[in-house]
Amino acid sequence: MPGLFIDVKVDPEVAKDATLAAKLAEVCPVSIFKASERGLEIVESELDECVLCDLCLEVAPGKVEIVKLYEQK
Amino acid sequence: MRFYEYEAKALFARHGLPMGASRVVESAAAAREAFDAIGGPCVLKGQVLSGGRMKAGAVKFADTADEAAAHFDAIMPVEVKGQKSRSVLVESKSEIVQEYFAAVTWDGRAKRPVLVFSDMGGIDIEEVAETHPDHVSKTHFSSILPLSPRVAKEAIGATGVTGSDLNRLTPIIFELMQLFLRYDLTLAEINPIGKLADGRFIVLDGHIDLEAEARGIHKELLDELGIGDDETRQARPPTEFEIAGARVNAVDHRGVAGNVVEFDGNLGLVIGAGGGSLTLFDAVRKHGGKPANYCEIGGNPSVSKARELTKLILGKPGVERIAVMMNVVSNTRVDIVARGVVSGCIESGKDPAEAIAIFRIPGAWEDEGFKILEKYGVEYCDRSVSMYEAAGRAVAKMGAGS
Repeated sequence: MPGLFIDVKVDPEVAKDATLAAKLAEVCPVSIFKASERGLEIVESELDECVLCDLCLEVAPGKVEIVKLYEQK
Repeated sequence: MRFYEYEAKALFARHGLPMGASRVVESAAAAREAFDAIGGPCVLKGQVLSGGRMKAGAVKFADTADEAAAHFDAIMPVEVKGQKSRSVLVESKSEIVQEYFAAVTWDGRAKRPVLVFSDMGGIDIEEVAETHPDHVSKTHFSSILPLSPRVAKEAIGATGVTGSDLNRLTPIIFELMQLFLRYDLTLAEINPIGKLADGRFIVLDGHIDLEAEARGIHKELLDELGIGDDETRQARPPTEFEIAGARVNAVDHRGVAGNVVEFDGNLGLVIGAGGGSLTLFDAVRKHGGKPANYCEIGGNPSVSKARELTKLILGKPGVERIAVMMNVVSNTRVDIVARGVVSGCIESGKDPAEAIAIFRIPGAWEDEGFKILEKYGVEYCDRSVSMYEAAGRAVAKMGAGS
């Protein structure tokens, strides 16, 4: 189930980058990212737990976007 | 959380407080064996968490093993303030020449522990304080500075106890004070302490209340006493609603969204923060509101935890709306709670704008939280609206005679 308040958009390149995927999974404090053999997965059930810490943005500058759905009209 | 008498006495025994021989039994046959082992007249006491056992018939005296067995069977079905005994304590009967009272508890106003002592034990201490104030002493002491037996001695002496009685009582009362501090108790009481004909003193009955938040620190003690993690030890058994609330809190380690207590009103409360729950609950009542529940949220619960608590409260029969109110928060985030309660409403099939009577949580990340509330049309306010006023607004929304 997608988030009601938060969405995360990831550059398709990141999904192929196993190292970056693992790094994203490591830094996210609420486990939104999951690194698997298939690459990077977004755990939709955890999207609304995002604490807006921006650690994912620091790990993958320009390749991850946090969308606050409640700011959209 | 309250201890049964036998548990309180087990704790007292660890610290050398004098007591008569005793055994906890769970069958008439065991009561008979206990009587024989103790070897003389016994008192059998039903183990319940409330007072009033004697009046209810859950305390009986036995002069023979047959009597002990019969008394066990008679005590177990007896209800004491709605509770049946979980077991029976068989204890040697002592010939007492005088009874005394001693208790240590917290004085919320003085913000210090207070020792209450009386040389008129065995009866209601409030009544003694009213009718014989010179027989009751109240002595505050520090929970930080080293504790001296002198404090206990002065408290006992203040009621007129002197000589060898004073010297013999002092170490007992001093140990009670130390127990209170060491185990994070909210009540350590011996009532009565009995004086025997030969001048010795023994503990006849004891009450211990442990601060619920200290359960983790004293897990080893609780394990040794056989007190399980699932034993709430409240004044009454938890309702299904309360058990569900505890489950919501236990499922996720992040923050607190629990301590749910059921009431029969129509306004659900999602409340908390630094004493905010009690203040807000009282404020709702003061405004004539009828709370459906009490609860405590804080410590930055996860979105899912706040959501599940909201769903639980909204799903309670009779709940028309919820009021989401907290003191000014620092570590708890306004936006996280807002996400939780709004999604809880939606997942309950309700419009957040209708279901949430008021959202008053000022503090960390409030701007972000208010954006969420605006998006869903929920009425909210910041710290310029007092908790009391916010409670009033919530009650007003419930309509007259809420």
